[in-house]
Amino acid sequence: MSTVALEVAGTPVRPRGAVAGFVIRLVRDKPLGTFGAVVFLLFLASGALAGVLAPYGMNEISPINRMKPPSLAFPFGTDNLGRDMLSRILYGARLSVIIGFCAAGLATVLSVAIGVVSGYLGGRVDMTMQRFVDAWMTFPDLVILIAVVSVVGPGMVQVTVVLGLLYGIAGSRIVRGAVVSVRENLYVDAAQSLGAGTPRILWRHILPNVLPPVIVLFTTRVGVVILAEAGLSFLGLGVPPPAPTWGGMLSGSGRAYMYQGPWLALAPGLCLTLVVYAVNMFGDALRDLLDPRMRGTR
Amino acid sequence: MATYVVQRLLALIPTLFFASLIVFVTVRLIPGSVIDLMLSQNDIAVGKDRAQLEAALGLDRPVHVQYLRWAGAAVRGDLGRSLWQNTPVTAQLVDRLPVTFELGALALTVALGLALPIGVYSAVHQDTMGDHVVRSFSILMLAIPGFWLGTLVMVLPSIWWGWSPAIKYVALRQDPWANLAQMVVPAVILGTSLSAFTMRLTRTMMLEVLRQDYVRTAFAKGLSPGPVVVRHALRNALIPVVTLIGLQAPLLIGGAVIMEQIFVIPGMGQLLLEAVGQRDYPIITGVFLVLGVCVMLINLLVDLSYGVLDPRIRYRA
Repeated sequence: MSTVALEVAGTPVRPRGAVAGFVIRLVRDKPLGTFGAVVFLLFLASGALAGVLAPYGMNEISPINRMKPPSLAFPFGTDNLGRDMLSRILYGARLSVIIGFCAAGLATVLSVAIGVVSGYLGGRVDMTMQRFVDAWMTFPDLVILIAVVSVVGPGMVQVTVVLGLLYGIAGSRIVRGAVVSVRENLYVDAAQSLGAGTPRILWRHILPNVLPPVIVLFTTRVGVVILAEAGLSFLGLGVPPPAPTWGGMLSGSGRAYMYQGPWLALAPGLCLTLVVYAVNMFGDALRDLLDPRMRGTR
Repeated sequence: MATYVVQRLLALIPTLFFASLIVFVTVRLIPGSVIDLMLSQNDIAVGKDRAQLEAALGLDRPVHVQYLRWAGAAVRGDLGRSLWQNTPVTAQLVDRLPVTFELGALALTVALGLALPIGVYSAVHQDTMGDHVVRSFSILMLAIPGFWLGTLVMVLPSIWWGWSPAIKYVALRQDPWANLAQMVVPAVILGTSLSAFTMRLTRTMMLEVLRQDYVRTAFAKGLSPGPVVVRHALRNALIPVVTLIGLQAPLLIGGAVIMEQIFVIPGMGQLLLEAVGQRDYPIITGVFLVLGVCVMLINLLVDLSYGVLDPRIRYRA
């Protein structure tokens, strides 16, 4: 009895079994999205368990096993230093997971902060903030990344923060759009007339209602960030060697050896493509299930 | 119309001011590094000490003085001199910009050449086998990183057939055919990956427009499908597609930077990466500004093209 009363009083109530219901709908209605989710979970697992799964160390050099084509001992072959490609791919997945989640998380928090304040306050604050976002979005992502990384230097923390800032500011536009439409609802007027303060309204009424697009934004950002990090590492501006990043494995310094061992070019690129494809598919399915308004946008 | 264009151009100035300020200051946050690099290469800095070098390059002044001097010159079209070669930055940019422009224009042609016909086909033949194949392909192209595809094109044909793309750059003026043959491979890779978005949007918009009453009327009065699809439907479906081209301009330029690196094309991207390696601040700032202006101009062109596509749109200043 008392639990029922509590559930009625607490707003907004999260229905019991919402996650389970979501998974059922995903599997039933979205085969490609389910495929994406499975691949994505595999990717997370291989990142988390790289230390257990990898048959060799990520930087274990073995001079007699240099440039070995794929075989039972080395399923993805070995590189010019005799390092096992499978192990490097697995540890590379760990780096991608960490950078992808941290940078996308930072980006989402930043997008929400800017978008909610800008969208809810409106007026001159909104105007100023949006002009700043405009100026920021004028410049090609990659060019900003290159310019900033050239200043702060390559490295995992730097790359994560820069990616988070870059996509956080750009993504605030989407959150702002959602906030502007939520702001017009009657329950916001009601809360205002009851004397609720701005922070309370933002936290209790606006934020929960813009959550669906925010979740979708986060998911798609993970893919974008992983791809951007790979691009930076490819140019030699990401996480410096010998860290086993997927982009770094494809970079110019490794290309000379690819002519002798094309398998060096295949595994990292295939993994990158598969993960980004999976994230995109899962993101699309999430958008359709959680936020029908955003259908067809990216 | 003319007033509108002038206003839009004037509106670029504050954006450029903020952008240049941000770049100028951040790029100089580590002032010692270019001097360290120069001191470590004895042939350039022979017989000079740190203070002399800083004074010679103007890096001994406070940052705001450096910015005002730079901005004052930039207004007159002088973006300073390279810290290493002592050549004017503007001259280097004028050298490199046409190369990147050519690559970008070719890639955009490829992207539209693929996206429009395929998008229209996909919409007209909705839910057929062809539609599914085309759409799966476009989703796949969204996921394949351009730099991986570029690397594969460099490596695999040379292993299989002993053929590889030419990497000794030939200017368009020297030998147009050799130049085009060289540019076409990176342009196709870049264009194909860009076409994926455009193709999806063209299909969506065409599906919407094909259901409109005026399209049904056109069919009802006995026009053949070709003219109806192209003149009645496609033209009305194009406005969002053109908007997307403007939004994709930064992606196009970013992709060009990577393609130039893989295919050894001496454009803006290579200039930027060389400058980053040498901490050549004036060049980094210059490249950044020019690319930003390019994106803004592309978006201005996009806005102006609405009026051509849809005569109902008027520009009010």
